Amino acid sequence: MATTGLVFNVQRFSIHDGPGVRTTVFMKGCPLRCAWCHNPESQACGEAFVRLGHRCMRCGRCSDDELADPVVSGRGRHDVALCPTGALQAVGDTTTVADLVQAVVRDRVFFDESGGGVTFSGGEPLQQAGFVAEAMRDLRADGVHTALDTCGFARWDDLRAVAAHADLVLYDLKVIDDARHRAATGASNRIILDNLRALSRVHANIWIRVPVIPGVNDDEANVAATCALLRELPGVDRVDLLPFHATGAAKFARVGLDDAMAGTVPPAPGHLEALAAHLRAAGLTTTIGGQS
Amino acid sequence: MTVRSERLRRASLDAIPSISDERARITTTFYKEHLGRHSVPVMRALNFLAICDQKTLWMGDGELIVGERGPAPKAVPTYPELTCHSADDLRILDARPKTSYAVEPSVIETYERDIVPFWTGRSLRDQMFTLLPQEWHDAYAAGCFTEFMEQRAPGHTVADGKIYVKGLRDAQADIARTEAALDLERDPEALDKREQLRAMSIACDAVIRFAQRHADLADAQATACDDPARRAELRKIADTCRWVPAHAPRDFHEALQAYWFCHLAVITELNGWDAFSPGHLDQHLWPFYQRGLADGSLTRESARELLECFFVKFNNHTAPPKVGVTAAESGTYTDFANINLAGLLRDGSDGSNALTHLLLDIIDEMHLLQPSSNVQVSRKTPDVVLKHALRVIRNGYGFPSLFNADAVVEEQLRQGKTLEDAREGGCSGCVEVGAFGKEAYILTGYFNLVKMLELALHDGFDARTGRHIGARTGDPADFRDFDDLFAAFSAQVRHMLDIKIRGNQVIERVYATRMPHTFLSVITDDCIATGRDYNAGGARYNNTFIQAVGIGSVTDSLVALKQLVFDDTTMPLQDLIAIADADFDGHEVLRQRLVNTLPKYGNDDDAADALMTQTFRMLFESIDGRPNTKGGAYRLEMLPTTCHVYFGEVCGASTDGRRAGAPVSEGISPVQGADRRGPTAVLKSASKMDHVKTGGTLLNMKFTPGVLEGEGGIDRLHSLVRSYFKLDGHHVQFNVVTAATLRQAQADPSAHRDLIVRVAGYSDYFCDLSAALQDEIIHRTEHAEF
Repeated sequence: MATTGLVFNVQRFSIHDGPGVRTTVFMKGCPLRCAWCHNPESQACGEAFVRLGHRCMRCGRCSDDELADPVVSGRGRHDVALCPTGALQAVGDTTTVADLVQAVVRDRVFFDESGGGVTFSGGEPLQQAGFVAEAMRDLRADGVHTALDTCGFARWDDLRAVAAHADLVLYDLKVIDDARHRAATGASNRIILDNLRALSRVHANIWIRVPVIPGVNDDEANVAATCALLRELPGVDRVDLLPFHATGAAKFARVGLDDAMAGTVPPAPGHLEALAAHLRAAGLTTTIGGQS
Repeated sequence: MTVRSERLRRASLDAIPSISDERARITTTFYKEHLGRHSVPVMRALNFLAICDQKTLWMGDGELIVGERGPAPKAVPTYPELTCHSADDLRILDARPKTSYAVEPSVIETYERDIVPFWTGRSLRDQMFTLLPQEWHDAYAAGCFTEFMEQRAPGHTVADGKIYVKGLRDAQADIARTEAALDLERDPEALDKREQLRAMSIACDAVIRFAQRHADLADAQATACDDPARRAELRKIADTCRWVPAHAPRDFHEALQAYWFCHLAVITELNGWDAFSPGHLDQHLWPFYQRGLADGSLTRESARELLECFFVKFNNHTAPPKVGVTAAESGTYTDFANINLAGLLRDGSDGSNALTHLLLDIIDEMHLLQPSSNVQVSRKTPDVVLKHALRVIRNGYGFPSLFNADAVVEEQLRQGKTLEDAREGGCSGCVEVGAFGKEAYILTGYFNLVKMLELALHDGFDARTGRHIGARTGDPADFRDFDDLFAAFSAQVRHMLDIKIRGNQVIERVYATRMPHTFLSVITDDCIATGRDYNAGGARYNNTFIQAVGIGSVTDSLVALKQLVFDDTTMPLQDLIAIADADFDGHEVLRQRLVNTLPKYGNDDDAADALMTQTFRMLFESIDGRPNTKGGAYRLEMLPTTCHVYFGEVCGASTDGRRAGAPVSEGISPVQGADRRGPTAVLKSASKMDHVKTGGTLLNMKFTPGVLEGEGGIDRLHSLVRSYFKLDGHHVQFNVVTAATLRQAQADPSAHRDLIVRVAGYSDYFCDLSAALQDEIIHRTEHAEF
């Protein structure tokens, strides 16, 4: 049987996930629970359903009680197909490698012209390492530049196997201090840091991505610790600072989760520049925003 | 901008468009005296000569390039011999809230007393309407198609480089040679040719004398001028006007003035569509620029100032307003003059140069509605040129638009032009392709695809006018499958094209025999050599275009019919038709399903796009290659200008969920808001059409400013454009603005007077657009970043 994966979005014309014009494949399921997550609906493994309230026309297919509940339950694909406005949506499509490859290469001409390609993100793509490795292998064999966007919280064997098919790895680094990392993401960063050290010995093209979250990791101490770590790693040639923005807020409400970041103000441009300057002073090529 | 340029620009922006009756008075007096004394072409040329000799001249303070069509900037003449305004038309033009034209009471008096009584029944429009058959009138009234030539003369053409190397005296020598070689004994057309040639020579005299009058006026102003600097400028203007356009220009200033006199001549003799355009301006001016820099007579800055003065001249020339207007109707002040930049030289090498960049800077800094501008992007066009254009586009004025120069050449080769003529060609008006200086490429009218599907679903009956105007394609209940439905749709298209083309042939012959364009013929190859007029097949190439509108709407409607009725069989065809006929009253759930859950053109969805290509192929096969009356052929174009709003108004609801009266899709763009998979999917869908078989396609895209920020933003847009052109896309243009900004402008126009947006093939002030058109632009999908 063909390998399948659970994909929750194939986003064309992605401009923040590696060089050029890219198609980002968002894989469903994540081991971390970051409070600032942009895609909270992608965290849980397995298929789920959401209802976009602003689209709903109250056609009568869903009861008032259902509409009042932010968590969609008892609804299936059949209901999605019958929803007239597209308000009821499935989060996650079971997809074969061949179908996914076909969807991605639709934008080949734009990849060719822009130096772009495909990026596997999530969720956490290494949660579905077998599927992602196979898809990346096939896409790369078909001339598509491949990138893996990972939080690093995975089995080393999975990371190594997938990274072997990635022309570029986008590696998230949130907080260096383990206790603070646990508080922010619900998990220790020991595996993440070990994996990064190991990866940097076998992969020559790693971009570190630091989400800059006010009050969580935007302090000088964390940046200094980040610099100290990255300076030792041979494969790292770039750091992207990704400033927090509140796009996740509406989505948290939509899936019935609390938004722990409610009220958080995005970091000031001057502060971001200061953090970037610190990294650059350590000899690290640094961008703000991650656009190529 | 220099102080002078800024002052002239501001004066042009502040000038209020008005109607001048001067041309109408001169023409009416001339016709009363001369009617019946001359052959038609000589009559036309002598009337033109009378205008050039008698019209009030304008030479504004500080101007370097001189000459106006009317007595003052934005004073628009009328052309009653073609199409005569009624006194009510003039009152409405004066009073309507948007795109109004000031009309003095004396003008209305003159019209009521002298102009209207003489031209009623004599104007070309009146003559034409009596010659057109009833079937044409019925279809026209139902909004199946429009007709360009009922209001304005065939124009749609562009200058090549000949006026920079040959003066009008040289043209007259060529005319004399052709006349001397006429064989009155054996050639039955020899007399017609002689009259045409003599008319062309008179037209040359008219323009030369018009220039001389400007020289005399400049000298008179110089004599009276106390400022030595301005006095010297006026002497230079006088020298220039004495030399050009009688002779080939000798320097940069003379080159611009020579073009400008030719431009004025073309738009004064007749009110041809799309005014007139200089074509590859950067290429034509390049030798004069280089020579001027080399001999020290010109600097980059002085060239820039001359170009800025030249640009202001275009902006001073507001479009002539329509007749038969209603108070609710608004138009545009834009007259569709369009400058081509970059592209290819005749030998196939890259045509861009330092002037390309200088002109892009001027376009950016002046951001005037006219002249419009476009960049012809070939494989050979350097990235630095395209990126410069994209930086101008990013500022949000909607110009320059971008064309695929390699596709433009290929399109023309397919039509049988020589490679060199094709390379020298380019685009004008909105997106139309032609061989500059050698072709009459005439747009004849928009064609309403959504109405054709409506007729197919009603056995040819038009509910709005209550008439059977279409083919009898049978009761839809009898359609066995989708192929039957598509066959009925195709039959309606062909039936209506037959009516349209039969009408066109009448109109072409009316212009050929009754309304020659004598001066345009002088500067269009091979009119002098053949002794034939531009309007009578004298041009080297003669293509007649029909512009199909609404392919996005019709595709999505076909998708719904195919899927619901024939594939899923969830709904009988009769039911779906009845629900749409009732404008979905009581069926909002179904309408939402149609809008939200079916495949749509513009999403790189092969199921929808296949019906787009099927429709396109059927259209192409129904139009392309049919003979016109000038030895040329009919061709297909895919552009709407603003007609998608009108065509929507005359159509009932459609099966894609579009409500009755709402605008249909424009150009080859997807239905407004139906494209949900981002810009690359739109470009992919649009590229599935075989653009090379058209004479132009129009694709609008709207981006939020954030996507295009920084060098990364320019790089991304650059790769989108290059990709689309690699896929043979013909044209793309961008609005860079948020819907929120547009809504604010709608709510508070006075604070957004300067907001310029791309409409469809041209840019306009947002606040001057009709409310329906404003809404349509707001509803276009806004591509944001991800």
